[in-house]
Amino acid sequence: MNGRLRAALGLALIAALVAPLVPLGLWSVARGWFYPQILPATWTLEPWARAFAPRSDIPGALMTTTLIALAASALALALGIPAGRALGLYRFRGKALVELALLAPVIVPGIAVGLGIHGVFLRLGLTNSALGVVLVHLVPTLPYVIFVMSGVFSNYDAEAEAQARSLGARPLQVLWHVMLPAIAPGVMVAGLFAFLVSWSQYILTLTIGGGRVVTLPLLLYAQAGAGRNDQAGVLAMLSLAPGLVILALVARQIGGRGMAFGGTR
Amino acid sequence: MIGRGHPWASLAPALCVIAVLFGGGLALGLAGSFGAGRGGGWSFEAWIAVLSEGRVWRSLALSLWIALASTALACGLGLGAALLLRRSFPGQGLARLLFQINLTIPHAVGALGILWLLSQSGFLARLAGGAGLIDGPARFPALTQDHFAIGIIAHYVWKEVPFIGLILLANMHSLGDDPEAAARSHGATPFAAMRLVLLPLLMPALIRAGAIVFAFSFGAWEVPVLLGQSAPPALPVLAWQRFTDPDLAARPEAMAIAMLIALVSALLIRAAFAGRGR
Repeated sequence: MNGRLRAALGLALIAALVAPLVPLGLWSVARGWFYPQILPATWTLEPWARAFAPRSDIPGALMTTTLIALAASALALALGIPAGRALGLYRFRGKALVELALLAPVIVPGIAVGLGIHGVFLRLGLTNSALGVVLVHLVPTLPYVIFVMSGVFSNYDAEAEAQARSLGARPLQVLWHVMLPAIAPGVMVAGLFAFLVSWSQYILTLTIGGGRVVTLPLLLYAQAGAGRNDQAGVLAMLSLAPGLVILALVARQIGGRGMAFGGTR
Repeated sequence: MIGRGHPWASLAPALCVIAVLFGGGLALGLAGSFGAGRGGGWSFEAWIAVLSEGRVWRSLALSLWIALASTALACGLGLGAALLLRRSFPGQGLARLLFQINLTIPHAVGALGILWLLSQSGFLARLAGGAGLIDGPARFPALTQDHFAIGIIAHYVWKEVPFIGLILLANMHSLGDDPEAAARSHGATPFAAMRLVLLPLLMPALIRAGAIVFAFSFGAWEVPVLLGQSAPPALPVLAWQRFTDPDLAARPEAMAIAMLIALVSALLIRAAFAGRGR
């Protein structure tokens, strides 16, 4: 392929990647931008002012989404780091089966299990609550964390722990001073992307939250459906923000493979 | 100590959570699909109703079409994009960055962007109108809420080409240039080296990534609910309609449809992942 063709195809690729974001961004700074205007006649920051005005739902949804994603990713790390260590360091009978059992929640769509989980949570009194939503977000986030941590631990030298122990370190000291520094970058990547996965959940949040727990994606559709396109534009821009921040933070740690199960789904 | 020991204690908490949430969700969904609507007790009523309903089959066919078309296009274009992006050209860094950014974008955001881009009063229609290609919104082809689910497929392709592309790029990177270079030194054309040497080496990764794309585009709700036509709806949308139907008799049918979706993904896991070697 010659250089000029490559550059032209690359340009087309870049344009296609950006294209859907253009109307979202334009609506967030426009007033009454309708057909046949190609660009908004009036450019204004009013949508942003209205989004953060006292009676707006957006700050509340921003807070709800952030707290749920923080709680879900913290729980997923707490459960997923030990499990990833087991999968990454040990060979044992049934390991392939365990991996398949962890893969299933990644593949099986949310609605297929969500309706049944709703039944489980109804009996436990967890429906229509943020706690229930946090727990159901473990279905997509926990396997993700385990797979990332399993990859991290398969490159981890556990002999260092034995050496520390033989020098008299207690188990907690080994954990804190030997293991944690070695796996910290991996933990950060796993945690940040678990945050993103939770951040972008839709149908599981709707099923378990019952419309009472309003996260950003839910509010995005509600505002667009109500014809408040400018507010939907602001919500779309806000929804992109953590992904950009996280990419900037982990730019050095990730290649494509680190995100093999990642992306927001 | 590596290779022996007792890893089950470390695995147990995570596996329990998955078993209760995921396993419990599936089990209760399955049980619910055999629940009799009004009376209680067990029955096949919901399954018989669902499997004999033309709407369900049309929705299933639509969702399979969406998943097949999205997966085929995303794999083909993702491979092309990876081949493009592995050599340097002006804008290569930007394109790679956009690939990574795209992975972080929630599907709901992308779907709304596609709607505002492709609808008959959307951004592309306005550009076409401005260029004098169409005289009004109605003359722009229906690309969203359309019969062929073009808008839905466009969204998945937009979202999944970077996913496939990045996975293939990572695999190409770890394979290095040697396999192709060896083929070239034996006289293969660049295209032959790509098709006969590189592509087979990439195939396992491509199949797994494609399976993930297929399962998602088959079973996602937020994309077809926004970009799809109302009749027939995609299968997940139909399941949700039954689930939220004021008539509680529709609940077991919703569960049966959810189980159909789970069944398709189970077949997919078996085809693409079961028995994979390490």
